[in-house]
Amino acid sequence: MLISSAFSAGQFWILFKNWQRNQAAAPPAQKIANLADIPVGGMLLFRYPNEHEPCILVRPDENTLVAYSQKCTHLSCAVIPNVAENKIVCPCHQGYFSLDEGRPLAGPPQHPLPRIHVEVQGDEVFATSVELRSI
Amino acid sequence: MKQRFPRHQKMTIVHGILSIVLIIDIVQLWLLIATMNSYLGGDSGVPLPALIFSCICLLLNLGLLRFLYKLDRTAN
Repeated sequence: MLISSAFSAGQFWILFKNWQRNQAAAPPAQKIANLADIPVGGMLLFRYPNEHEPCILVRPDENTLVAYSQKCTHLSCAVIPNVAENKIVCPCHQGYFSLDEGRPLAGPPQHPLPRIHVEVQGDEVFATSVELRSI
Repeated sequence: MKQRFPRHQKMTIVHGILSIVLIIDIVQLWLLIATMNSYLGGDSGVPLPALIFSCICLLLNLGLLRFLYKLDRTAN
């Protein structure tokens, strides 16, 4: 009975934290870099929305920019993009994500990388929001 | 109509109820772990249905406990 009550209380706590997360304001847009600073086929490291969240910005081709959290969804190792193979690699446990969508391709990760939405305004690249995804 | 069970039958009923309670608790534990996993993965649609189902399990356990008390009272 007590165990059952404790589990129900735990479920309520998760619901409360979920509600808090939904109520939180979206982080403000932040300038990452100038477009000219990012070579085609290259990447840039940045932090968004705060100093504790490392992210990667990748430019696979002239007209495409993709950005993700750099923390692997398995055990938070720093992932490394491999533009030539269209993959993002986690060197810790050989996890692989697709460069296009950040979805897990192979290895231990089960969840996609959080996507950082970016906007190009003139010659400047801005990070505007973080999209957490479970599938 | 109050039923009076002999002692050995009562123990069988008690053991059966304890088994059911154990199963319900295991289901609740699994549900809690799954909900936490989905919450950490960013899914915001899972916690509410999970809480509702967990509360149903809690009510089931409460009902079984109440039945046990009634069973004990029929002897006295």
